[in-house]
Formats: sequence, C-alpha cells, structure tokens
Amino acid sequence: MSSKTILIVDDSRAMRAMLVSTIESINSYNIVEASTGFEALRLLPREKVDLILTDINMPDINGLELLSYLRNNPNYQEIPVIIISSEGSQKDIDKGKQLGANDYIIKPFDPARVQELIQLYLG
Amino acid sequence: MTELTSAHKAIKDFLAEAEEIADQLGSEMADLADMAESGDLDPDLLNSIFRGAHSLKGLAGMFGFGEISELSHNLENLLDWLRLGKINLNHAVMAVLFESHELMTVLVRAISEMGGASHAAEISACVVKINACLAPPEQHHNASPFVHLGLSEQTLGALTEYEEHRLLENITKGKNIYSIHTSFDLSTFDVDISQISDTLKTFGEVISTLPSMAGIIETNIDFDILFSSNKEIDELSVLIAGDSVSVALLGTAATASASSLISVASPSPVSSQETAVKIAESVIVPSNSPAQSMPAAVDDAQSAKSMSRTVRVDIGKLDDLMNIVGELVLAHSAIAALAIQMRNEGFSRTAIDLGKSAKGLERKLADLQKGVMEIRMIPVGQLYEKMSRIIRKISREQGKKVELKFYGADTELDKLIVEDISDPMMHIIRNAIDHGIESPEQRASLGKDEKGVIKISSFSKGNHVVIEVEDDGSGIDIERVKAKALQKGLVQDVSSVSDKEAIEFIFLPGFSTTEKVSEVSGRGVGMDVVKNNITAISGMVDIETSKGHGSRFIITLPITLAIIKVLIISCAGRTYALPITSVLETLLLAEKSINTVERKEVIQLRETTLPLLRLDRFFGFERQAPRSEEFYVVVVGVAEKRLGIIVDDLQGQQDIVIKSLGEAFKRFKGISGAADLGDQRTILVLDVAGMISEAIRSGN
Repeated sequence: MSSKTILIVDDSRAMRAMLVSTIESINSYNIVEASTGFEALRLLPREKVDLILTDINMPDINGLELLSYLRNNPNYQEIPVIIISSEGSQKDIDKGKQLGANDYIIKPFDPARVQELIQLYLG
Repeated sequence: MTELTSAHKAIKDFLAEAEEIADQLGSEMADLADMAESGDLDPDLLNSIFRGAHSLKGLAGMFGFGEISELSHNLENLLDWLRLGKINLNHAVMAVLFESHELMTVLVRAISEMGGASHAAEISACVVKINACLAPPEQHHNASPFVHLGLSEQTLGALTEYEEHRLLENITKGKNIYSIHTSFDLSTFDVDISQISDTLKTFGEVISTLPSMAGIIETNIDFDILFSSNKEIDELSVLIAGDSVSVALLGTAATASASSLISVASPSPVSSQETAVKIAESVIVPSNSPAQSMPAAVDDAQSAKSMSRTVRVDIGKLDDLMNIVGELVLAHSAIAALAIQMRNEGFSRTAIDLGKSAKGLERKLADLQKGVMEIRMIPVGQLYEKMSRIIRKISREQGKKVELKFYGADTELDKLIVEDISDPMMHIIRNAIDHGIESPEQRASLGKDEKGVIKISSFSKGNHVVIEVEDDGSGIDIERVKAKALQKGLVQDVSSVSDKEAIEFIFLPGFSTTEKVSEVSGRGVGMDVVKNNITAISGMVDIETSKGHGSRFIITLPITLAIIKVLIISCAGRTYALPITSVLETLLLAEKSINTVERKEVIQLRETTLPLLRLDRFFGFERQAPRSEEFYVVVVGVAEKRLGIIVDDLQGQQDIVIKSLGEAFKRFKGISGAADLGDQRTILVLDVAGMISEAIRSGN
C-alpha cells in the first residue's frame, strides 16, 4: 500500500515542523518539505504529490503565484491545495480561493482543523 | 514637573482628545447611516469621519496604545476606501463602522479605567470584519488601476495585497513597469532566476515573480517577472540581455494615472478633464502632498479658532476646587460662630463688624460656589447624542422603526452625574426598543403608526433634574408581573398588590418579565442594576405604564453631588445630615399621633397617609435614654415617594462637601457619604432615596 504524499511549502522551519508533527499524529503520510516556492517547483516533477499545504508570504515566489502555476499546469492542476495564511489577510485568502485553492488555514492554526482538512482531501 | 507627572498629564490629554474624537465619530457615523438610508452621501462628512479615525490612529500610535492604533488603522483603511469610492456604503459596512466605533469607545474607556484586560480578540474579530468589507470589491476594482498595463488575469490574480500595493505605488511614482519573460531549465532554474532577480534589483524593484507553464512542461519552467524601474526599455534590455529573456514595457506613469482614473471613475458621465482632476485627487491623497495637507491645515485653523473660547479642564481639578470652596464655607461658619460668641461675651462693636464682614464673605462664597458648580455643568444634550446613536443602531438591528424626539437638551447637570446616568439610561432605552416598541407589522395590525416613538425629555424641577424616557410601545403587562411575583414567592396574594406596587417588582434582582433573553437587553444586567446605579447618585426612578400605550421612566436626579445643603439631625445621641433637597417639611409630633396600619407605623398628614421610619431602628441602635414624648418627623421625598423619618432633634442647616466612603461601605443602605462639620466632627450623610426604597421593600 503506497502512502500518500503531502508537500508543505513554508519558509518558516518552525511552522513546517509544527505542521509535520500535526500531520504525523493522525496517519503515516509521506511528507515532503519545501522552504521556498522555488524549492517546491523543483520538487514537484520528482515527487508524486497528493496534497499541498502552502504559506502565502514567502521570499521568492508567493503562495498565490505557486498556486497559479499549479492550476495552469495540466500535470498539477488536480492536486488539492490548502493555503496557510495569517490572520487578517482576508484579501489574500480570497484571492487564493479565486485562483483555485481548495481550502485555507489561518495561522496560528488549530491542529484539529489541519487534521480534519487532510483527512477530507486524502481520505 | 517630574517625568512621571508629565507623562501622566500627556496620557490625560490623549484621553480627553481620544474621547472627543470617539464621540464625534459616533455622532457623525449616525448621521452617515441616515444619509446612507436616504442614498444621499455627503463626501465632506465621510472625509471628516476618515480624518477622525486618522487622527486617532496617529495619537494612539504616538502614545503607544497599540490596540487603539490597530483598530483605528483598520477603521481608517475602511473609511479610506469609502472615501475614495472604492466600496459602497451599505448596511453591512455601516454595521461594521458602528461596531468598530463601539469597540473603540471601549478601548478608550479601558485606558481611563486602567483596565488591564486585553481586547486583542475583539479587535482582531473586528478587523476581520473590516477586511471582509474591503475584500470582495477589491478584486473587482483592484484590477482596474492596472488595466492599462495589459497584465494577464493570471498575473493580477496571483498578486498579494502587498504586491498590488507596491505596483500601485510604483505606478503613482511614475516608474516604468515591465513584464520580463524568462525561460529556464527545470533543473537549474532557481540559480538562473535568482541571478536575474539580483541584477534587476540593482536598478529597480521586483514586484512579483510568477512561474508559468513552459512549452515543455517536463523539462522547462517559465517566469513572468513584474518589474518597475526608472530605466528606459532600451537600457534595460541591454542590461539583462540573454537568450531566454524578453522585456516588455507595460505602461508609463502618464498612461497609468490616466487609465486608472478612467477605471475608477464614477458611474456618472464626466468630461475627461473632470475625470483627470478626480484621478489626480485619488492618486495624490494617499501620499502626503501639499494638495492634501493644505486644506487640512485650513481645517485645523478653523477648528482652532472655534476652540479658542473653550478650555478643557480635568474634572479632578474642579473637584479639588470644590473641596477648597467647601473648606472656605466651613471656615466661614467658624468665623460667623465666633462673631456671635463675641457678641455674647460683650465685645459688641467688634462683634457687629466681624458679623458684617462674615456676611459679605458668605455672599461672595456663595457666588464662588455657584461659579464652580456651573463649570461642572454640562447640557444633557451631550447624553442625547450618545443615546441617539444607540437607538438608531439597536432599532436597525431589531428591524424596528423608531422615531426619536428629544426635549430639553439645554438642561444642565453635573458632568459626573451625566456620566453616571448614561449606562442606566442606555439600559432603559434598550429595554424600550427591545420589549416596548413592537415590530412595524405588529404596530400596523394594532392600528399604530409603523414608526414607534421614543421621547427623551429633561427639565429642571427645583434642585433636581428630571429625565423622562417615554415610548409608545406595548407597555408593561402588569398582570404578568404579578403572576411572576407570585411564582417567585415575592407575594402570597396578588389581589392586595396595587399596580404601582407591582411595577416595583421589576426593580428586584433577578426579576424579569421576559422569558426569552435577547441579545440587546439580555446582557445579565437587570432593572435592579439600573435602579442601583441611579440610587448611587442619589437619584430615583419611577415607572408609569399603560398596557398597549407605552411606558415612561422618570429619573429624578440631584443637579450636583459636590456641595449640598443639609439638615443636621440627631437621633439616639448620634448626628446625621439629610440633604435639604429631599426634605419637604419637618413636624413636631406626639407619640400618640402615630397609627399602625398593617403593622406599619404611619401618620395622617393632611389628606395622605405618611409611612414612618424610626432612624434608630433603621440602623439598629440601642437607645440609652427613653424616647421623649415628643419627637420630630422629617418628611422627605424623592420623585413621587414620601417618607417620614423620626428623629430626636433638629440642629439646623449647613453646607457640606460630601465625601464618598468608598467601596467598603457600599453595602450599607441608607448612607451616601460622610462630611466634615467644621468643628472637628465628622458625620454621616443619609441617602434618602436609598432609605425610601429600603423602607418600601422591608415594609418598615
């Protein structure tokens, strides 16, 4: 049985670690981490990713740009994307939804919400 | 002045101004809401509200009140959008404005009350709501300032708020905006693009980098870089020349502002020249250009002029002044007493001169006292403004139509009393809208005008000010009140309870006629709290109600609490002061004139039966000497209620400065404070309103 792969894109190491531990506590998923959008772009062709969690504000390319790329690329457009945003960035969240984000999480996040969403998209 | 006190003073100044701005914001918002309903918006009003929020933000930021700063910043943002016509003023936006204002008032008040609790959660909730107002139209409109650039939907759609801001900023500054398309090998793209980015950053700003699909997805990746620079396209092309790089000039400053003007233009057809002017405004306003600061300076000058005849004084200073006046009054009493003593001792000539001087001093002191008291007086109208906001807000929330009628706005009251009466009045009004005024449909079916009326009137009545809150709603269902009183075990038999007595039940703790707790009135504050608050400032509240026709709350308040004339009385060897404003008359009576009705002592006074209260029993004193056959009855009254207080002796009148006994004594009913009599004696001042309600409650 091949386990599913989740790609976490966030420039904060602490945030990635938090997400990883949150995800690991529910199931044994294969987790891939990227600290920048560029790193994510490089990882994508090499990994078969089933779900992406991405931050919005990152140094090189932002989460929305990454999302836009994914949605316009036939290889990746079906991958569910959950954006992670800070409180108060409603505009960016709305933009993310318009671009085709499946869901969003507000930082500081509630682990239960993250787990719930992951189970929703990965079953 | 030490650093501490100057900092303290600065904060006080900040508070005074912040409260002023918050008040003004509130009343202007109420006006704005009315305009929004009629669909006729006054841009000046909107601009004024914006400036208020802007000033508050600046002030709070400077004084380090982060919460106020944050909220006002967001509020300012919302108002800016409204002001620039980016979003429309609808009910939802208006509700957010009101909510922000309400929270702002809480935050400002929290500083003055040294409230340590954080309001971060409320603020962020409020900010989310503010942003929600901005969000949807932004996608719609935000694209428009950039239309002339010919950017793809894809590029625009992936810009974060900040990137959009940077783009707009660069357009405003007249920079050239470029789209630079690059294509790289997927295995090395990150190095390559970083190189290009670094080069670009040395002569401009990289606004965004959008990855896009390349011809061969598996091996290549493309990027569209949004870049702004002062460089011309020829120069730029040379600087970043490469096989896989192509540069396109998207727009220049001139075309940018022109097209952004057109895209934000108002729906009404305007000539291009007018549009240009409008665009210029909208572009210039956010930056600190002279065009904006000049009118602001003029405004300030105007307001400074109108303010110049007013001095803002800390109420604490007035209290100090009042205390000094009080002490002078006492010093005068001592001198007058000396004059009498001297005359009795035979120094008649000097005594008469001293007596005359003392009389002159007394008159001037009276003037001084009156003058200081008048400074503390503010018109009740200030309270009306606050009430009008609340009423409009609540009635809107409740879907009820309410017309407001205010009378006697010029009636003056001590500032502290106005402050203290504000909360109880608000509660009475909330109740009136919530439980009194019926819905428009109900009213129509009852044959009433769809619009309910709330009438608030104030007038002076002797040494008191009466404030009445009247509604034409459903009135209080007295039968239901009685039934509830029976159910709660307050009475055994309702048949003996008069309607007037039944209404009094409403003021008992935990008594409410509504089973359903509404968001408006059901805040855990009952009418008992309203009554306690009013009693605490020596006031009294009465209700008149008529089922189906409405209710009237009559609040009777003393004009001031600072200096009062009292009647000094004694009972069982103890001395007390009774505020003269509550004393109606004094009687000398014999024991035999007391009758007992239903185990209550009463006397027949002219046409009425006057209930009696024995002061010694009230306070539970043991009497040393037997009571004399004759005694005095001081008839006191507040509002419509009367009570005879039995005392041993009357010792005369005197002006006193009443001092609070502090929180510890709050639970002692019947005492409102203490006062110095000037001869080293300190006496307790009786709280007449409290005694009357206690007497009624206990059936004494």
